[in-house]
Amino acid sequence: MSELTLERGLAAFRAEIDAPTAAFFSSCVHCGLCAQACPFYLETGDPKYTPILKLEPLRRVWENEFTLWGRIKGLLGLQKKVTDEMLAEWEELVYDSCSLCGRCSVVCPVGNDLYAMIRKTREGMVQSGHAPEGLISASVRAITTGSPMGLQWKTLAVQIQHVESSSGLTVPVDREGAEYLVLLSSMEIINFPEYLEAITKIFDHAGISWTLSTQCFEATNAGIQIGNKDIAAELVERVVAAAETLRVSKVISPECGHAYTAIRWEGPNLIGRPYPFRVFHIIEVLDELRAAGRIKTEGKEDDRLSLHDPCNLARKSGVIQQQRNLMALVAENFVDLKEHGKYQWCCGAGGGVSSNERAEELKMAAFKRKKAQIEEVAPERMVTMCATCRTQLEEGLEAFNMEIPVVGLTEMIAEHLVERD
Amino acid sequence: MSGSMEFLLWTKGPVFDVALAIFAIGLLARLVEIFMLGRAPNYAEPRAREWPAGLRTMLTRTVADPGTFKRAPFNVVVGWIWHIGFLTALLFFVPHVELIQGVLGFAWPALPNPLVDFATAVTILALIATLVHRLTHPVKRHISTVEDYLVWAVVFMVVLTGYLAYHRLVEPYPLALGMHILSAEILLIILPFTKLTHIFTAFIARWYNGAAFGRKGVQS
Repeated sequence: MSELTLERGLAAFRAEIDAPTAAFFSSCVHCGLCAQACPFYLETGDPKYTPILKLEPLRRVWENEFTLWGRIKGLLGLQKKVTDEMLAEWEELVYDSCSLCGRCSVVCPVGNDLYAMIRKTREGMVQSGHAPEGLISASVRAITTGSPMGLQWKTLAVQIQHVESSSGLTVPVDREGAEYLVLLSSMEIINFPEYLEAITKIFDHAGISWTLSTQCFEATNAGIQIGNKDIAAELVERVVAAAETLRVSKVISPECGHAYTAIRWEGPNLIGRPYPFRVFHIIEVLDELRAAGRIKTEGKEDDRLSLHDPCNLARKSGVIQQQRNLMALVAENFVDLKEHGKYQWCCGAGGGVSSNERAEELKMAAFKRKKAQIEEVAPERMVTMCATCRTQLEEGLEAFNMEIPVVGLTEMIAEHLVERD
Repeated sequence: MSGSMEFLLWTKGPVFDVALAIFAIGLLARLVEIFMLGRAPNYAEPRAREWPAGLRTMLTRTVADPGTFKRAPFNVVVGWIWHIGFLTALLFFVPHVELIQGVLGFAWPALPNPLVDFATAVTILALIATLVHRLTHPVKRHISTVEDYLVWAVVFMVVLTGYLAYHRLVEPYPLALGMHILSAEILLIILPFTKLTHIFTAFIARWYNGAAFGRKGVQS
């Protein structure tokens, strides 16, 4: 790759400015309400984390180059330019203190889709050489090894063996013509191997034809987190190629939030064409199976359970009712957090924050909002459906000495399947 | 007296024409600037249609969600009060309705003067409150620019001079009225080049927001 420069960054900012962006910047009245939606501001109290301010580099490019008044100011020498120093300062604001949770976007009174503009801003940050080290190395690993954590198929193969011996079932691999291609996330493979066993059991129970692909098993997309379309598109192409090789009609994104938004919403636009298959989050698939009567469960969890909606799944993808339907199937003492669904609060780790080691302190600060929400309803366990959220909830609750275990919803469903005769 | 009369006629005549022209051309330019940029085609399979969701968000964002209201009640309530007060005076004061009739060729019934007077007084107080809030709230203070204070001052002048003229608190009357008209003209002139464009573009922004979330199955 040629050298990353301010010029390239500015060009990337320009390329990202579209009609919505112009309408958004035209409309901001500096009311400051976006700060009231941001866990990074609310939990640090530092006004520099006000969401609209994080967009100042992109806003300046818009004003200077895309407005009449900005051009007049340019002639008079009154423009505020975007400089390398400015971008260096903004790196923390655009990456460390934004999990792309999108809460500001649903709260802004004039309707500014702020998180979408942060996503755009990151494209310019990468091109100008101002992306965090942690995300750069995750992206490089994703491109070179297929996994942001550098995980190889052989590691997954060992897990498959474990799953097969403990469940007595077969995990289908490279099965052409299967209905579903199942993708996984590296974090899940490493931290939550129970997920693979759970879907193996559920799909066997429901009689689903599915497969893993040795060609591509990774669902996550480091390119989207860092904000680089080329990397992101390459990672999406790998999934598409695997799905096309195996001629599946449906692809399932795992219990991971950003992987789902990446493959479901951004993917087709990154590669510039619609998919020859449909994409679902595992929770959508499970709820469809439930509705079709293909999942038979017995017994219910009787402790007090609450649910953490991953931002990417709920607010940013409209999967809100499905997880509640599934909870109703297996939990008799379920209580929702007060603000949930499209108004849920981020765990603090999304949008690449968890891959950015330097952001650790901010990540844990942002978690305090989630912690307060959990304390409010005092559940005995939390349930969620995103490996990043789950890890963050586990680490966060542990750090505050709160003994609240965190469970994945898919596993919980698997535990209640009616045994076949 | 004759000097103030000349001033009034000047504001009602040439300045009004110039202000209206700058407003119209400037606003048109801004709208063209926005729409010319367009949007990239979206190949992701939508869950729902963009238009209904966008139109709903154009209206629903007017009301804050309960959580935001709880966290920032002052911001929300004072914002509402002064916007409603300002619009009441702008759109329903008898002479304003007559002006609208003159420019557009149609108008609507006006509200009784005492009601508009009350709305104006409330607006003045609410605007002062927003300024104090902007100067004291850590977030608002931090993100505020010269433009924010300039726009505040122009809006405040429009309302204040209107109130002073109506109550004959400045003599001679033509001077008071001329100052009010001139303030309104300054507002029209700066509107297309400042955040005042939100009067129009906020609805475009809300549509895009509602459409983006709506196609993913979330009514934002």
